[in-house]
Amino acid sequence: MSKPLLTIRDLKIEGRKGNDWLPIIKGVDLELRRGEVLGLIGESGAGKSTMGLAAMGYTRDGTRISGGEITFDGMDLRGLSERRKRGLRGKRIAYVAQSAAANFNPAHRLIDQYSEGPADIHGLTSQRDAAQDARMLYARLRLPNPDEIGFRYPHQLSGGQLQRAMTAMAMSCKPDLIIFDEPTTALDVTTQIEVLRAIRDAVRELGTAAIYITHDLAVVAQMADRIKILLRGEEVEEQPTREMLANPKEPYSKSLWAVRSFEVEERPVPTDETPVLRVHDVTAEYAQGIPVLENVSFDIHAGRTVAVVGESGSGKSTMARVITGLLPPTAGQIALEGTALPPRLAQRRKGDLQQVQMIYQSADTAMNPKQTIREILGRPIWFYLGLRGRAQEDKIRELLTAIELDPNEFIDRYPGSLSGGQKQRIGIARALAAEPKFIICDEVTSALDQLVAEGILRLLKRLQDERGLAYMFITHDLATVRAIADYVVVMQNGKVVEQGPKSQMFTPPHHPYTKLLLSSVPDMDPDWLDRTIKTREEA
Amino acid sequence: MHPLARMILHRLALGLLTLFAISLFIFMAIELLPGDLAEEVLGQSATPETVAAFRRDLGLDQPAYVRYLDWLGGIVRGDFGQSLANNRPISDLLAARLGNTLFLAVYAAVISVPLAVGLGLLAALYRGSWFDRGVNIFTLSSISFPEYFVAYILMLFLSIRWGIFPSISDFGSSAGLGEMLYRTFLPALTLVLVVTAHMMRMTRAAIINLLAQPYIEMAWLKGASPLRVILRHALPNALAPIINVVALNLAYLITGVVIVEVVFVYPGLGQLMVDSVAKRDIPVVQASCLIFASIYILLNLGADVLAIATNPRLMYRK
Repeated sequence: MSKPLLTIRDLKIEGRKGNDWLPIIKGVDLELRRGEVLGLIGESGAGKSTMGLAAMGYTRDGTRISGGEITFDGMDLRGLSERRKRGLRGKRIAYVAQSAAANFNPAHRLIDQYSEGPADIHGLTSQRDAAQDARMLYARLRLPNPDEIGFRYPHQLSGGQLQRAMTAMAMSCKPDLIIFDEPTTALDVTTQIEVLRAIRDAVRELGTAAIYITHDLAVVAQMADRIKILLRGEEVEEQPTREMLANPKEPYSKSLWAVRSFEVEERPVPTDETPVLRVHDVTAEYAQGIPVLENVSFDIHAGRTVAVVGESGSGKSTMARVITGLLPPTAGQIALEGTALPPRLAQRRKGDLQQVQMIYQSADTAMNPKQTIREILGRPIWFYLGLRGRAQEDKIRELLTAIELDPNEFIDRYPGSLSGGQKQRIGIARALAAEPKFIICDEVTSALDQLVAEGILRLLKRLQDERGLAYMFITHDLATVRAIADYVVVMQNGKVVEQGPKSQMFTPPHHPYTKLLLSSVPDMDPDWLDRTIKTREEA
Repeated sequence: MHPLARMILHRLALGLLTLFAISLFIFMAIELLPGDLAEEVLGQSATPETVAAFRRDLGLDQPAYVRYLDWLGGIVRGDFGQSLANNRPISDLLAARLGNTLFLAVYAAVISVPLAVGLGLLAALYRGSWFDRGVNIFTLSSISFPEYFVAYILMLFLSIRWGIFPSISDFGSSAGLGEMLYRTFLPALTLVLVVTAHMMRMTRAAIINLLAQPYIEMAWLKGASPLRVILRHALPNALAPIINVVALNLAYLITGVVIVEVVFVYPGLGQLMVDSVAKRDIPVVQASCLIFASIYILLNLGADVLAIATNPRLMYRK
């Protein structure tokens, strides 16, 4: 056995909250050999990223390493001077971040950012040679136009391309270790598969060791030799990938596996009643002559959930804007219970507005941080139902109870003091406050961890059963579709490519695009990536 | 057409419109001034006949809108009219004075802009340190005193007590560059002290504002040194606010120097304006105001164009 490349012993990291230092990592061990890939998984707040950064001897502002050892290739990273650590970073340990769009400097061309490490900072090679290397790596990572793409600015590339360019940048100094911090989380499934493949091939060819951080078990199954599960700064268990998948030991690990079991039984579309919402032949555009939606039609019935699926840019969110009246369609109409709605928000009556409510992806930004829960919920109750004082208070308490939060505890709190799942529940309560018939759920679970997301889905389902609500569920996640939908609308480039009941959508034959989407969702099977790539190359 | 070129044309057109509105505003404001020009110029003892003749000569008997249109028509042809005080063409008067004002402004800008941006960058680099606090305290105190106070303090020490620099800056028409720089050092220094704080604090804030950005963390993780992080990764993205605050201060160096020019008896545009107001030389006041306004508009236009030109997201479309 060779000497380990990275050894972390009993690592403790603290984060500052006001005047106190609270533990984030509570004594975790980690060992990594050359060429080995370790998957680090857990929910948000588990300390995955903190761990990953600590492996570079780096801590974010407001955090500090309070105990333990970090040894990289025989060097004690905690004892090293800042200058020596700078000499390692980028050169021998590199980092690939979650959002490549935010982690590339918008002011410089990709190729200059690539060669900055090897040529300018670490002096390993000349600008010219670095640029030559970049082209080869870009080609290896399957970026289009590898000879020219480097001369573009970050905003000129798509998210998937940027993520690959960032992987190339991390490899620019041929490091011994790369930390991948959720590199595909922000990508569509069809793009994710390409990036996963590029990363894995590059890691294998260069023999680089890697720590792969993610919350997605199926993704980590493709990438890692071993998997370590973290929960609130502590290790739950670590095992080789196949054993972990086949036989997780700890109850928490098992619960992670069980998440995907929630599934609503499909309810048939009623044939003889007027749909709550009818989207009829809608075409819409932002700039004249360039339609973002083309001839879209579908119905949503009371007590049913219609999932609208597609990649980013397919027109899902634009659909929501058209239905709510924020973007008047250029052709077609939206009908609420058989009556056409005025196309513009400003022309709609209060009664129309009341019936169509919305829950947003990011509960963080969708609520005023300076308002208490009482104010956030009180406003729609007063606006739509005209309730004030005691009656309003009772209604708020009833809503909080309905979303499974204790009114006494939460009514006077601010959104900032709530967890992600709790905030999203308040988002749901705010939509319910209007007593609507129809709610648009725009990627409501995609910012949440799997366990929390499942709780939200179950809550939505229960509220639907109790109140006969119709949902339009916008999502790019097919697992969510499988869990909650009765009826599925698949969109691509602003057009509906296929629609039908869930059972029909998940059984072949599929439309080619639906097939591509379905086959791009990773399975909990370490051989899935190889198999899928092989099938696609044969086809 | 390149989007930048179109934007410049668009903004120039808007600038002209603004200038037109300003000309109207200046004219009306001066109409509202109390007192009668003819009586003021001719003195109390003038007979009503001479006053009337004087008014006819200058067209003061015409209604206001006719005089305004005359004035505007002249400006469009490049003719600002004649000074009432000495009957010289106003454009000649302005040219010499504007040259002096620009000289002083450029002098102060050449010192203050690099100084302010440099200090701002260093303060951001060493934020929270004694250097940062020291720079902040010094620049804040220099901006907190009125400029004539700063001017008199400098004059007291550098000129009267120690006799290093002259307290009167008028360098005549035959001085060489060295002589000019020497004679105008005190007013230039006063201006530097007044404008540096604003630009320096804005630079510091703009840089620090960016330090929480993910791409800054990325730069650290690539092993970049602190200086490199600030200069190469933060500064290019902070240029827009910095350019804007620099433009604002350059405009101030030209249009806001009236007091400094008066204190140091410097023959600039500001002093000309003050003198002309005292003498009721209305055409000169109007022309000076218009020049100040144009400079203001041009500098702001320049700042906007530069801010766009340095932003790849606006220069290179998808």
